[in-house]
Amino acid sequence: MQAFARLLDSLSFEPARTAKLRLIETYLRDAPDPDRGWALAALTDGLDFPAAKPALLRGFGQEKIGAELFVLSYDYVGDLAETLALIWETDPAAGPPLTLGEVVETLQSATRAQTPAILKRWLDTLDATGRWALLKLMTGALRVGVSARLAKQAVANLGNQPVDAVEEVWHGLEAPYRPLFDWLMRDGPQPRSNAGGAFLPPMLANPIDRAELDTFDPAHFRAEWKWDGIRVQVSASGGVKRLYSRAGEDVSGAFPDIIDAIDFEGVFDGELLVRRETVVAPFNDLQQRLNRKTVTPRLLREHPAHVRLYDVLRLAGEDLRALSFDERRARLESWMTGRERPRFDLSPLVNFDDWAHLARQREEMRADGIEGLMLKRGNSAYLAGRPKGPWFKWKRDPMLADCVLMYAQRGHGKRSSFYSDFTFGCWRDAADGGRELAPVGKAYFGFTDEELRWLDKWVRDHTVNRFGPVREVESGLVLEVAFDGIARSSRHKSGVALRFPRIHRIRRDKPAVEADTVEALLQLLP
Amino acid sequence: MTTDTIDPTPSNPRAWLYPTPRGLYCAPGDFYVDPAVAVGRAVITHGHGDHARPGHRRALATPETLAIMRARFQDMPDTAQQPLKYGESVRIGEVDVSLAPAGHILGSAQAVLAYKGQRIVVSGDFKRRPDPTCPPFEPVPCDVFITEATFALPVFNHPSDSGEIAKLLRSVATFPERTHLVGVYALGKCQRVIRLLRQAGYGGRIWLHGSLLPLCKLYQDHGVDLGDVAPVSDAILETFKSAIVLCPPSAIADRWSRRFADPVAAVCSGWMGVRARARQRGAELPLIISDHADWPELTQTLRDVGAPKVWVTHGREDALVHHARGLGIDAEALHLAGREEEGA
Repeated sequence: MQAFARLLDSLSFEPARTAKLRLIETYLRDAPDPDRGWALAALTDGLDFPAAKPALLRGFGQEKIGAELFVLSYDYVGDLAETLALIWETDPAAGPPLTLGEVVETLQSATRAQTPAILKRWLDTLDATGRWALLKLMTGALRVGVSARLAKQAVANLGNQPVDAVEEVWHGLEAPYRPLFDWLMRDGPQPRSNAGGAFLPPMLANPIDRAELDTFDPAHFRAEWKWDGIRVQVSASGGVKRLYSRAGEDVSGAFPDIIDAIDFEGVFDGELLVRRETVVAPFNDLQQRLNRKTVTPRLLREHPAHVRLYDVLRLAGEDLRALSFDERRARLESWMTGRERPRFDLSPLVNFDDWAHLARQREEMRADGIEGLMLKRGNSAYLAGRPKGPWFKWKRDPMLADCVLMYAQRGHGKRSSFYSDFTFGCWRDAADGGRELAPVGKAYFGFTDEELRWLDKWVRDHTVNRFGPVREVESGLVLEVAFDGIARSSRHKSGVALRFPRIHRIRRDKPAVEADTVEALLQLLP
Repeated sequence: MTTDTIDPTPSNPRAWLYPTPRGLYCAPGDFYVDPAVAVGRAVITHGHGDHARPGHRRALATPETLAIMRARFQDMPDTAQQPLKYGESVRIGEVDVSLAPAGHILGSAQAVLAYKGQRIVVSGDFKRRPDPTCPPFEPVPCDVFITEATFALPVFNHPSDSGEIAKLLRSVATFPERTHLVGVYALGKCQRVIRLLRQAGYGGRIWLHGSLLPLCKLYQDHGVDLGDVAPVSDAILETFKSAIVLCPPSAIADRWSRRFADPVAAVCSGWMGVRARARQRGAELPLIISDHADWPELTQTLRDVGAPKVWVTHGREDALVHHARGLGIDAEALHLAGREEEGA
């Protein structure tokens, strides 16, 4: 338990992806079975315990040091589990701490009524970091900045396998994943991916521009609209129905409306959207449904989910991935015709004569819900990963706005000595009759290393105020910001939210007073 | 003195030692303890900037603290310096003054003030756990104990130093291609961390930010063996991969740090025990190493000195006052000018 606690502790402070990977790999390599398997389950959100409720922890704390000191302590720390972990004292007489495996196995067989006494005993045996990790596990909120995908990548690295090889077998395995470690670390057999509702690693596209397109024969390509939702995989077999994100995270729990509508078997590739009647809602609406474990009836009613299908990987027990795109498309179309499939429809092919014709259509489709075009070779097999050549995404040109730099914050890791996170705003009328800047977005990339050094120096030389790690700067630098979309937002002061904003150009030539207004931004709303 | 036998009842201690805007003032001795501004006569507990300030006409402190003050304040030629070793006593006005070890940093002392049969101990900053760079805190029985309260909340339970140093060395082993940049306060923390690394068996060169050099030299002159240390500016063809570099915490985010290989930002401070504080300081590797007493040490000290009255200064006074009253002690907060929490 202590080694796992140290891992969580390090992960929670480490911002860099590569360093996080190293930490997880090192732990998984050193920890024995089944501890490492349970740790992997915890990091991939696969552990389910009788939860410790906040009231229980608060009760423990008050009992330990009295209500008054507990209030002062909690006030200062701001996190209940952490407060309790810190005020508890290790009892040397309580014996050595249990292993992670023992903790998990005990909890899984314990009743809700037994949990408090067990928890108390364990708190006595652990140090502060161990207690913090245990309480985070039991309150179901690790929040150490590790995605399931990253944890799987670390496991894959142990056996020098691509992460997709782990994805392919993942959903047929159960914690503590003994066969997985046997395969990756001891030359054991590769586990078979034979479980129902398995995830198949998706095929991804490379970006392309007009100049490169001209080197290809348009007759070899099929075009689809690139929808502004999230890529998902619908997988149903052996009575198991699942919805996966592109990274293989099971998001079924948040989309019962989709799951309930699955009355077929097969694996499909498609775009998850919020659709009301026949109208696709802006991405912002879909965002309300993401990152949830469960969903309220109201949200289901007001933000109905929908999957727009564009490929089929398995049908009637047959793996179609080796077939060409054209053959798979024909299967998909015939499967869709002939019967009603509520909550599913087909992403249509866009017909075009040549690239110029397609470019015109792309410009005309500035309507909401279209990010650009997908181009797929008619003869392309379905290959996991991002092979160079068969599939391309041809994104719409971004929208641009001239904004004024307002605040800057230092980055993390390599960028910790650079002001690299920028908040920028546009002008609007102030209550006093003048004009003021209202923040419209935040960006931390899009610039070169050289530009970053310049920006960093500009921030240091033009600081007017400091709030902890944040510097407020003079309203004197115009940044041309590129973004892919814009939506109204009640959470932002300016009333707008930009999608995927990045610094496009530094406009040293442009006076700040000439930057765009919030009103001008609003006119870009679809 | 016959007055002692005539008036055996101790007067109100606040009548002869009390806070003023310039600092804690001892009236019958006409001196201040750790004043916030330059005064005529000062008793200094230790060399940190919020306790030792330049410009006093007379300053009494341990020889080590006076050496630290000379190093920091251009030799202090205009201050009459009165060194007082631990355990020795001197009379100032009507007050007997002596100094007892505080275990905080090199030269740190508690000021023990006796007047008309009453004894007040001004502990300054202190800690109770062993520190390889200074003698341990000595509890002095007294009528009034003035305690700091920097970490006076039950959430501050500083773990063992050796465990924290092990954490640093484990990180160096996990990321051998990166530089470990360790933020330390220049006086005390820096030299203690170096000694702790040596005790943990780390024999390699430890690199130093230029601003840490003068006080490291001073510690070495006082017999603290720091081993192989060198300023970063001396490095030639050095990549600093797997190196340990000590610097003031502010330098981690400074442009100075860009010369190092993908540095890991480690910060040594008692505040690192609270995750939000560690994040605020941008620590990737928080190391809980403190020169101040944590909650168990503070509460243990109240029991050890057995003072019926306790005055609590700088920090989280509420919690310690509440706790002391629970023990039947007459405790109250004492607000002093010019105290900071930096470098704790």
